[in-house]
Amino acid sequence: MTAKLLKNREILLVMAIMVLLAVIALRFPGFVAPANLARVYNDTSILIILALGQMAVILTRCIDLSMAANLALCGMVAAMLNTAFPGLPIPLVIVAVMALGGLLGMANGTLVWKIDIPPIVVTLGTLTIYRGLIFLLTDGKWINAHEMSDAFKALPRQDLAGVPVLSWLSLVMIAVMFVVMGRTPLGRAFYAVGGNPHAAVYTGIDVGRTRFFAYCLSGALAGLSGYLWVSRYAVAYVDIAAGFELDIIAACVIGGISIAGGIGSVAGAVLGALFLGVIKNALPVINISPFAQMAISGTVIIIAVAVNVRAERRKGRVILKKAEAA
Amino acid sequence: MLQDTTTSRMKPAIALEGISKSFPGVRALSEVSLTLYPGSVTALIGENGAGKSTLVKILTGIYQPDSGVIRVGEAETAFPTALSAARAGVTAIHQETVLFDELSVAENIFLGHAPRNRLGLIDWKKLNADAAALLLRAGADFDPTIRLRDLGIARKHLVAIARALSVDARVVIMDEPTAALSHKEIHELYALIERLKADGKAILFISHKFDEIFRIADRYTVFRDGTMVGEGVIADVRHDDLVRMMVGRSVDSVYPKKEVGIGEPVLTVSGYRHPTEFEDISFQLRRGEILGFYGLVGAGRSEFMQSLIGITRPSAGAIRLDGEVLVIRSPAEAIRAGIVYVPEERGRQGAIIGMPIFQNVTLPSLSHTSRTGFLRLANEFALAREYTSRLDLRAASLDQDVGTLSGGNQQKVVIAKWLATKPKVIILDEPTKGIDIGSKAAVHAFMSELAAQGLSVIMVSSEIPEIMGMSDRVIVMREGRIAGRFERSELTAEKLVRAAAGIEAQPEGRAA
Repeated sequence: MTAKLLKNREILLVMAIMVLLAVIALRFPGFVAPANLARVYNDTSILIILALGQMAVILTRCIDLSMAANLALCGMVAAMLNTAFPGLPIPLVIVAVMALGGLLGMANGTLVWKIDIPPIVVTLGTLTIYRGLIFLLTDGKWINAHEMSDAFKALPRQDLAGVPVLSWLSLVMIAVMFVVMGRTPLGRAFYAVGGNPHAAVYTGIDVGRTRFFAYCLSGALAGLSGYLWVSRYAVAYVDIAAGFELDIIAACVIGGISIAGGIGSVAGAVLGALFLGVIKNALPVINISPFAQMAISGTVIIIAVAVNVRAERRKGRVILKKAEAA
Repeated sequence: MLQDTTTSRMKPAIALEGISKSFPGVRALSEVSLTLYPGSVTALIGENGAGKSTLVKILTGIYQPDSGVIRVGEAETAFPTALSAARAGVTAIHQETVLFDELSVAENIFLGHAPRNRLGLIDWKKLNADAAALLLRAGADFDPTIRLRDLGIARKHLVAIARALSVDARVVIMDEPTAALSHKEIHELYALIERLKADGKAILFISHKFDEIFRIADRYTVFRDGTMVGEGVIADVRHDDLVRMMVGRSVDSVYPKKEVGIGEPVLTVSGYRHPTEFEDISFQLRRGEILGFYGLVGAGRSEFMQSLIGITRPSAGAIRLDGEVLVIRSPAEAIRAGIVYVPEERGRQGAIIGMPIFQNVTLPSLSHTSRTGFLRLANEFALAREYTSRLDLRAASLDQDVGTLSGGNQQKVVIAKWLATKPKVIILDEPTKGIDIGSKAAVHAFMSELAAQGLSVIMVSSEIPEIMGMSDRVIVMREGRIAGRFERSELTAEKLVRAAAGIEAQPEGRAA
């Protein structure tokens, strides 16, 4: 019954995206051309990767506000590595910043696990610290396109079977997360810890450690996104992706990932990110001001939450009816 | 005797007559009556599950009775809301006081009816002065402007009582008020109760401790299984009379206890202690045995069981399982060793409501159902199917969320989850608390079945019939220590209650 409801939620989101696309197509048919849709997907790839990390954290009843700051710090370190050692192979740079991002996530996870500080406070603090670290590293200086090697900037754009590497990377991450969430004890533990932390303890799951791993995961994905962001936009400075943490959380919320923990799916996170991606790409095309865009994004988030809350409540009624019958 | 003549001449402050209350599958109260007199302390006595808390909730307007009348003075009345009970002058002081830690003492006392000045704003001067006066009447002399969180439990009780005085309560309900108090604080509470009596308040005093009942109460009312089985004047009865009223019934016939050949020791616990919860817990558990742990709520049984499975660490003590010394540092290690614990609060600690049945069942067994770090859904389904069908779980599909099942079926999922780990020792904490009679019988039959299959069972229960009906041996705990050990052949309800309440022990006060 509920499995159906959950599926419904994702189908609902697919339908919402379709409706959105149809409305846009009325005024601007070119938007729904396959080539343009592929471009929108590519443009949303980074948000998708980040939303996947945030999803893991939110599932465990935590939150990671530091993802965008983590991204900015890792992006800056990637750019600095590239300017200092232009010959360093780009895959090595990626591995290095994923490791760095993972370490920054570990810092979050350790504070939540061992010192038991509320996640929102921890990541609000590290958000500021990570941004501050960028300034300390660079003195506020930018690293511009001409300082980066061509290979560094080219990788995300490179064509592989007609699809850019950036899109490929997000597809790979979706596949990886699909396996992690659905087919590993860790993924199961994320759901268990968020669904009922007290019960999880008795089944031998270490709640704190599970949350720690969720933060490591979100950190590593933020690190990867750092490189992708900087190479894509070919610039690195203190304030890149400022405020983007809210987009990441919004994507998760729209995707039906319950802020109360324990409920959500990879498909939901991806669809939530895509929904935002379509709005962000379409509104300028049909000449809506960026401020109206913000208002529209906000409205969509509230509607999405309202729909989810109603779905949960309906679930409650179903239980009662069954309990009565039993 | 003198007391009796005074009370019988007096008009009751409040009277409940013929009160019945049912919940789905359970008749909690059946035609009970209770009368409270001004200036008199009435002790309400009964086992866990006898209906005491249901009655308190009816008195305070939280539950509505199915039938029966409530009289305040002469007038028949009803308490449709908690507020209406409070307006009628009924106030309850709970074990954990329901006050606000972050507010001052004075604010707590006057919350909702603070004195106002001409502008309609709170008159702080008057508030604090009135609060100080009320605290003095309650026998307290601390500053009403300090924050409540800085007070100990005993002083919080005083604040609650001052609050009761501020609304001019006529009936004060005290639900195990001494449970968390030190010896000295208990005596201060007695003095306070004497003052409240002198003030003409009617007091309902709920307690399991016979020494304090005989110390402080004027009258008694005894409940058993939702009915009133006796009432009268304390001076006319002795301990034994009350115990007999509480437990008086034959029980052994209705329990599906199987005769099982009890084997060699499986689990040996020696010298388990914890700095604050329990000490000197030693016992052996044998194959095929059901070992009952009886005691009052708060005797330290659950706390001990939780340390046995590694949720808390004992400060000393050793475990041997099948003869081998074992150190358990976490629930995961306990599960691996073959000791599992089915916790008491199944809603909070048992099933994960938003997760499918099969995932709930396999959660503690994932190391068996996965290979090279990846989950095998086919194995999971097989395991879940095996154990849920053994328990006769009624569900359309194992893929459906546990939240869609009825309470009894959720319970089966939780038990299936633990059996699927193939344990050697299973600890069941209050296995039938809050479930209907039919499900109870199923759980008991199943427990017998497990023991017959060679599993060793520890059953923590606060229900005497269940303990007597199911256990091969019983350990009684009181205030964190073992207060008695009984073989099945020598079990009587009286012995259990005596050991649990410490009636035959020296009348010693609890250390602070």
